[in-house]
Amino acid sequence: MDFNDTAEEAGYRAAARAWLEKNVAEHKALPHADDMAAARSWQARKAAAGYAQITWPKEWGGGGGTPIQGVIFGQEEAKFPVQYGYFTIGLGMCVPTVMAFADEETKKRFVGPALRGEEIWSQLFSEPAGGSDVAAIRTRAVRDGDDWVVNGQKVWTSGAHYSDYGIVLVRTNVDVPKHKGLTMFWLDLRSPGIEIRPIHQMSGGSNFNEIYFTDVRIPDSQRLGAVDDGWKVALVTLMNERLAVGGGVGASPKEILALAKDLDAADGPLIADPAFRQRLADWYVQAEGLRNTRMRTITALSRGQTPGPESSIGKIIAANQLQDLGNAAVEAEDQYGIIADPALLPLKGLFQTAVMNAPGLRIAGGTDEILKNIIAERVLGLPGEIRVDKDAAFRDLPVGR
Amino acid sequence: MNFDYSDDQKMLKDEARRFLAAKCDAKVVRGVLDHDDRAYDAALWKAVAEQGWLGTAIPEAYGGLGLGHVELCALAEELGRACAPIPFASTVYFVAEALMLFGSEAQKAKWLPRIATGEAIGAFATSERAGPVTQASLHTVATGGTLSGEKIPVTDGDVADLIVVLAKDGLYLVEKGAGVSAEVLRTLDPTRSAAKLVFDSAPAERLGGDDGIVAMQAVFDRAAVLLAFEQLGGADRCLEMAKDYALERFAFGRAIAGYQAIKHKLADIYVKNEIARSNAYYGAWALNTAAAELPLAAATARVAASEAFWFASKENIQTHGGIGFTWEADPQLYYRRSRQLSLVAGAPATWRERLVSQLEMRNAA
Repeated sequence: MDFNDTAEEAGYRAAARAWLEKNVAEHKALPHADDMAAARSWQARKAAAGYAQITWPKEWGGGGGTPIQGVIFGQEEAKFPVQYGYFTIGLGMCVPTVMAFADEETKKRFVGPALRGEEIWSQLFSEPAGGSDVAAIRTRAVRDGDDWVVNGQKVWTSGAHYSDYGIVLVRTNVDVPKHKGLTMFWLDLRSPGIEIRPIHQMSGGSNFNEIYFTDVRIPDSQRLGAVDDGWKVALVTLMNERLAVGGGVGASPKEILALAKDLDAADGPLIADPAFRQRLADWYVQAEGLRNTRMRTITALSRGQTPGPESSIGKIIAANQLQDLGNAAVEAEDQYGIIADPALLPLKGLFQTAVMNAPGLRIAGGTDEILKNIIAERVLGLPGEIRVDKDAAFRDLPVGR
Repeated sequence: MNFDYSDDQKMLKDEARRFLAAKCDAKVVRGVLDHDDRAYDAALWKAVAEQGWLGTAIPEAYGGLGLGHVELCALAEELGRACAPIPFASTVYFVAEALMLFGSEAQKAKWLPRIATGEAIGAFATSERAGPVTQASLHTVATGGTLSGEKIPVTDGDVADLIVVLAKDGLYLVEKGAGVSAEVLRTLDPTRSAAKLVFDSAPAERLGGDDGIVAMQAVFDRAAVLLAFEQLGGADRCLEMAKDYALERFAFGRAIAGYQAIKHKLADIYVKNEIARSNAYYGAWALNTAAAELPLAAATARVAASEAFWFASKENIQTHGGIGFTWEADPQLYYRRSRQLSLVAGAPATWRERLVSQLEMRNAA
């Protein structure tokens, strides 16, 4: 057990750090019109150096590196103020799907521009009728000559408002069971008949979109995989989901400890309250447990292994802790805690923000309940859910709300 | 980055699992549970000693194997999994560690070889009353080479050859014999023995280390990491038992393992166990490298492992339903052991407090 790099890893890390120091300084010295322009410029710089997608083959502009090298570069990059999130979904999930299923011409056209940050991709899977049960989607594609005509609605699409292209899962056959009638396409998000509307979240922000399709024509040449075989393609997309080796989000034990030192409770500072100290210890134990679990994931990568299921527990813990810890801090502020104006609040309202964002985090990317099913079924080997819709044609399935 | 057992350590752990499967099944544990006159399983103790496990982290110069503490952690995990009814923790995690931390050359040369062979059983005597051990709780005094006072409970105090005793001014070595009397106690976990010890001018030798409870805490920090691995092994075994039972037990026409109420319960156990495992690994690293953050790492490992084992052991019984509440069913063995392991080096609440104190010190530094 130790935290040291192998000699090879240490060499890679040193080179990455040296590159980052030089290039972040150059990057920050340049004038950029806005955050997006800065993001594109930084992405292009990384791509030129082979740091954009470290594990992709060099022939596609990647770094030809190993997963552990990707993790090491990510750790080092995280220490610099160049955290732009615009390309994560496209490069992490959409473009790998295109690379796995599209023809050479399509790949040559799209992979490079995506890698350099010139074009951004979105993933269009979820629908009002298909969240946890993605295979229940209803957006319908009907063949018309060389095209497919698409009608329906997608929802919870991150970044669609600034994206150029997307991969979309649609229903092409309603006479077979739900998993067997889906097909995947890539499409231009500026195609006629597409309307993108931001979703106004309960937290007040708008990070996601609804996308409405009205007689949108997609050429059959843009199909990824076989007709009615889209579920398999979707599984490839989801498998490419980035390894969860990043840091935590928002309010953590460190911040609530800082709050507790300054906050006057009934009987001295909050940090002197034994009940608070007991809870703080539990939050710290969980946060450390997650941090150390990531170390185990990285160890598996370092040994050339596929990380085990231990990495699947992260979001359940992190999202619930954020909600619990955030609310504890808000309640500790007593009557004052109801205030949501950052200007009036300790740590600029970090805890109030946590309380309002946590419900979304417990749902996005798999609800607590779905993740527990995944642990129970794929890790522990317990029976799957009884599926009453497994053998029925999609058209005959009962629909609720 | 290497945050896992090495291949050699995994091999040692696999061997230990096979060995304990053969020598320490539930019948062996029950043999101690069901016989009030049996403090521990003597045959298992002898077999474990012959394997050299007692001297895993003891240097070769003192008759040990001279392996590291990570190897000892690997064995602890397997002993916890098997619910081994032997005085391993008292002897190895507490007394051998106390000797290695604070013992003089003569003290180490006298006792460590005897511990490594299984000839000497150890006990660590700190508590004198209900509630956490504080300086104010101590009434045991040492004067002129003798020690007097009462300690309750002392795990393995009735069978120990060597007792490390916490007196008001620090740690002392007391040998079984003149001036030491033991009264066996009924406890929540009869598979581990415990006694009230009365010292009446018992010959005592000062062990090194700081004054008062500071020295005790240094030993607890080391024991806490090792105990966390026993707790983790027990928690993993509970999850396995619950899973196996749920797959075999049918209700309402199908295996209860198919109901989400059970699936999510077992997923919850899994999540707690993985958090405990990751924190235990960090503790093992801190222990093995004598890292400055050992007190914080030990507290983190102990709180996580205590919570995981308690949760797994109680929900294992719940998953078993009525049969789980019978004397004959095995879940009770782990439920009882989870109480023993959570309390033996101080309760989780005490460790949570220590954890936060350490955090404050780290942030102030």
